[in-house]
Amino acid sequence: MSIDAPVKVIPEARKITTKPRVSDQIFRGVVSTFSFSALLILSLIAVFLFLKGFATLKSQGLGFITGFEWSVTQDEAGKEVAVFGLQAMLIGTVVISIIALVVAVPLSVLTALFLTFYAPERIKKVLVTLVDLMAAFPSILYGLWGFFILMPMAEYWAKLLQKWLGWIYIFDVPQAVYSRSPFIAGLVLSVMIIPIITSVSREVFSQTPPDRIQAAYALGATKWGMIRAVVLPFGAGGVVGGSMLGLGRAFGETVAVYSVLNIVFRTNFQILFTQGGNVASMIIQKWGEAAQSEISALMAAGLVLFILTLIVNFLANFVVTRAVKSGR
Amino acid sequence: MSAISNKPSVAPTRPWAASPRDRAMTALSVALSICATVLIVAATPMKGKLAYFFLFFITWFIIDSIFVARKSGSKGVKDALAAKVTLLGGVIVSMAVFSILWATLSNGIKGLNLNFVTQNMREASLFDPIGKGGILHAILGTLMLIVIAIIFSVPMGILTALYLTEIKGRAAGLIQFLVQAMSGVPSVVAGLFIYAAIILNTPLRSSAFLGGLALTILMVPTVTRTAQEVLNLVPGDLREAGLAMGATQWKTVALVVVPAARSGLITATILGVARIAGETAPLLFTVGVFDSYNFNPFKGDSGTIPTVVWAGLMGGTPESIQRAWSAILVLLIVVLIMFVAARSFGSKQQKR
Repeated sequence: MSIDAPVKVIPEARKITTKPRVSDQIFRGVVSTFSFSALLILSLIAVFLFLKGFATLKSQGLGFITGFEWSVTQDEAGKEVAVFGLQAMLIGTVVISIIALVVAVPLSVLTALFLTFYAPERIKKVLVTLVDLMAAFPSILYGLWGFFILMPMAEYWAKLLQKWLGWIYIFDVPQAVYSRSPFIAGLVLSVMIIPIITSVSREVFSQTPPDRIQAAYALGATKWGMIRAVVLPFGAGGVVGGSMLGLGRAFGETVAVYSVLNIVFRTNFQILFTQGGNVASMIIQKWGEAAQSEISALMAAGLVLFILTLIVNFLANFVVTRAVKSGR
Repeated sequence: MSAISNKPSVAPTRPWAASPRDRAMTALSVALSICATVLIVAATPMKGKLAYFFLFFITWFIIDSIFVARKSGSKGVKDALAAKVTLLGGVIVSMAVFSILWATLSNGIKGLNLNFVTQNMREASLFDPIGKGGILHAILGTLMLIVIAIIFSVPMGILTALYLTEIKGRAAGLIQFLVQAMSGVPSVVAGLFIYAAIILNTPLRSSAFLGGLALTILMVPTVTRTAQEVLNLVPGDLREAGLAMGATQWKTVALVVVPAARSGLITATILGVARIAGETAPLLFTVGVFDSYNFNPFKGDSGTIPTVVWAGLMGGTPESIQRAWSAILVLLIVVLIMFVAARSFGSKQQKR
């Protein structure tokens, strides 16, 4: 006797539809479209600056990056001869930004450590507010402050530096003129980027896994021992990323640099001497009396600056995201 | 139970807390180092605030290290030194902030009078004595720019934030990346872009509208990032509750999520405005300079506070520089008010 085994009938799976309602489709469509505005704006900036700067980029070629001279003159036939080279200003940008970083990074890291591990609750609140406020100050305020308040002090510091470290080339000066130097511009920029670096570092430091902190204490570490063994290795990525975000800001700063710096179109590594420049402030300086051909050159300079800051920011965000993620 | 509670409670001992003796030692070391600093400055050729400041910290490092070394050895010295060096960092940073605030207040207050905020510069030049003329036209111009920038950037920023938090589409990572990259666009590039794209290509000439567009580029990333943060703070339960009641996503977002994050979104807007209120470089390309009222945002230059400060600084005479300080004080007060408002709105949302 054999009973047929019951045939298993697997019913066909009910079809699950997740077709959103019309209202949802519209909502999603609109939101998704608008979310691409960042992409649109960034690419429009690149396209238009390239289009308007194309004439210069074509006529100058690679010389636009490597050339030293920036002049529009007329030859004997009365024809315009334009030579545009950004190198002096590019180097100036890098020099000023490095000075800013050298000053700002240690100060910011110390402040971030102080805020995260040392400060009493009340002082911490006040200082965090102050640092946030610093980020909201307009750049022209930094320019005014840098010119009238910081410069007299910084000139004195520059004299001290020259006196004691003058045997190093970069701290030497050809003439004893210390005002409006890259050193002072770098100091102003450093004050401007301290809030960025501090807040990024603080965020990363505060995400240090508490179990590792407690483990270090349990092994008998002092607070400083704990910070050196746990917090700094953990937060190094965040500090680097934050510094690069600050670098991006320093690259693009215009008004504050223009206010304090004596812009001279010459490569200058002697940071205490009164000449220098950066691309952004050069654009403002040349804009006023720019001829048609020069406007194209300034657009191209803007494009170079845009690409430069974009690269720095991309790298910085990459580093910061990785540093923050690694802790979770 | 009662037996336990009736027992005299033992005060918790906190062996790590500073004992009165430790505190006395700290006070003594600070006092000693102040004396030593004054002595050194008086005895050697080193002079000035800088010398006082650093000598105090150096002598304090040394004197306190000796105290600590007696109590807890070389490890303790390093630890105490690290605490002081981080304190030094915090002190320098706050000195910079206070220096900026004090400079603005003390220099700006001298030129501030009723005329300064109720008149325009039509009848006066930058170089006239301070009582003549004012910056009302610039205040109104800046307000106009801010309104235009809000009209464009707040919808853009909040919708982008909604995409990142509510829809979480496939492009979310890319968009996040681009928004962060956009927050690094130099302000001068934003101005150049508007000039290249609009003034060189269309009959539109510099006006408040174009200035607002340039500022929008700078404001969108700030609004987006803050809005994203506050939308992430809205509890997921609320969204699920909305969907479970049978609402569509659109209804859930519009009637539940956004109202729940309302004060946070206002904070985002205010922070964005604070970011752009003092931007100068883009205005030089797109808005121009004007010395009287111009209420037409699409035609003609406008006066703005940052360009007044700029012109005053470039003017170089005592009167024009005084105007610059006073104008920046007005701007700073506005920024401070917005900053406080943003904080109070922000804490309101967190309390819920």
